[in-house]
Amino acid sequence: MEIKNLTIRDIQTGLDNNDFTGGELAAEYFASIKKENQKLNVYLSVFDDKEMKFDKKGELWGSFCAVKDNILIEDTIATAGSKILENYKATYSATVIRKLIGAGVNFLGKTNLDEFAMGSSTENSAFGPAKNPHDLKRVPGGSSGGSGAAVAAGLATFALGSDTGGSIRTPASFCGVVGLKPTYGRVSRHGLIAMGSSLDQIGSITKNVYDSALVLKTIAGRDPLDSTTAEIEVPDYTKELKKDIKGLKIGVPKEYFAVPAEALGEGGGRGLDPDVEKKIREAISIFKNLGAEIIDVSLPHSKYALAVYYIIMPCEVSANLARFDGIKYGYSVTGDNKQATSLLEVYEKSRAKGFGNEPRRRIMLGTYALSAGYYDAYYLKAQKVRTLIKKDFDEAFKKVDVIIGPTSPAPAFKIGEKEDPLSMYLADIYTVSHNLAGIPAISIPCGFIEKEGSKLPVGLQIAGKHFNEGTILRAAHNFEQALKNG
Amino acid sequence: MISQKDVEHIAKLARIELNEKEKEKFSQELSLILDYIKQLNEVDTDDVEPTSQVTGISNALRDDESVNNLNNQDKIIEQFPERKETLLKVKAILERGN
Repeated sequence: MEIKNLTIRDIQTGLDNNDFTGGELAAEYFASIKKENQKLNVYLSVFDDKEMKFDKKGELWGSFCAVKDNILIEDTIATAGSKILENYKATYSATVIRKLIGAGVNFLGKTNLDEFAMGSSTENSAFGPAKNPHDLKRVPGGSSGGSGAAVAAGLATFALGSDTGGSIRTPASFCGVVGLKPTYGRVSRHGLIAMGSSLDQIGSITKNVYDSALVLKTIAGRDPLDSTTAEIEVPDYTKELKKDIKGLKIGVPKEYFAVPAEALGEGGGRGLDPDVEKKIREAISIFKNLGAEIIDVSLPHSKYALAVYYIIMPCEVSANLARFDGIKYGYSVTGDNKQATSLLEVYEKSRAKGFGNEPRRRIMLGTYALSAGYYDAYYLKAQKVRTLIKKDFDEAFKKVDVIIGPTSPAPAFKIGEKEDPLSMYLADIYTVSHNLAGIPAISIPCGFIEKEGSKLPVGLQIAGKHFNEGTILRAAHNFEQALKNG
Repeated sequence: MISQKDVEHIAKLARIELNEKEKEKFSQELSLILDYIKQLNEVDTDDVEPTSQVTGISNALRDDESVNNLNNQDKIIEQFPERKETLLKVKAILERGN
């Protein structure tokens, strides 16, 4: 049985027609995982000993989901990709997990990620990097790399990820699958191990746009356990997909295609890959042929987005990771009197040993930026520029319905290629603004380019107005169908 | 830009112990990152309000009634790194003295 490409609807059709049973599906998935996980390292834990439910109840019944290991499932380990939580057992389930269970989903296991979701490649995982199924020497993107690779390799029907600066969209782009970051406040963050509380969103990684719409319909909604969720009603996003995009106004920001030095605010050489640009321009033609109107727009503060993000996010991180202190849970030196005899030593040594380099780097960056004497110069300044970045989008959305561009400046890079932190951060150039402004954005496959004999996926990003996921899903679906039908 | 002394101060605030080699490495890396961030000074933000959250929601309230829907004390207590029965055990925070 070829389960690799089965979408949620394919599975439900197959089960209805008795092409296979739920039990057979589960067995196939676990067998594939057993065979491939050593090579791909996408799963950190596999639920092959847990009971699966196969009753035909709930909109997503019959499907199998892989969950990023920073989202809590009660009574299972949640490592957040870190040694400091290597043996931490979740004491409750995230709201999205409870919603998916109610919708008939079975979970296959927890997926690999950059430690505490910090990274764009999954190389920062304390448990080894995950590999890109399209080329095992390359990264699957991050931080939801395990989730992206699992869906691309057919080791799950769909997956959950989290996105703070691009962590769902980058893996979707590198692995050739669909990744949606909802509007901030659309999906509950209750049960998501927090990284940047004003930026984080849980979202799905799926094989096609229809599944993305279906999953969003299930996981979105106001949650009394997350005060940042909106009271706004959740529509049936799948109904939007049937409509065409004639007359849809699509904005193309000129800054996205500017000379590399301008686009990135520093010396070129790290700019937009010309092959990626070609694919995006082809995509624009496809949209034109579908009847959309292409309009030039400007997002003048684009080039500052990365700098703003790399102040605000570490500041919020420094507060959110303070709870990992070796006191109530997680890795601790407190039991070892040779290592720690004072409370201060328990904190300092548990955190030093439990956290990898990237969390330590970001905690210190944030601590510095928030410390006395520097708060105004860094954090407050960044928050003001954040307002300007949001205003850029508000202005642009007066003229257009959606904004498109590349998800990543280049396709998947090689494991170990980006040695210094700054060059890794630059991979986020096209994705961070959306988290800063809180707007929804989806990455969908728009073709392949060849690099050193490997065919690597390219992601097209479509962003929309707040709570307008319906429109970006509609644009994405129409594009996907046009690409499929040639 | 960030000296090793600065790094020592930050590490103390962040409660993370660093060895000498790490202090040097972080002082270099953080300096590089802060250098990149300096470009924000180019932006005129004189009359701009800071954005701390993008929802526009303020004061999400609920009725002042006890809601107990999580009965997981046992699971939480099981995770304590050190305990005495159901009590969390930590190192002394006050010293016996005169």
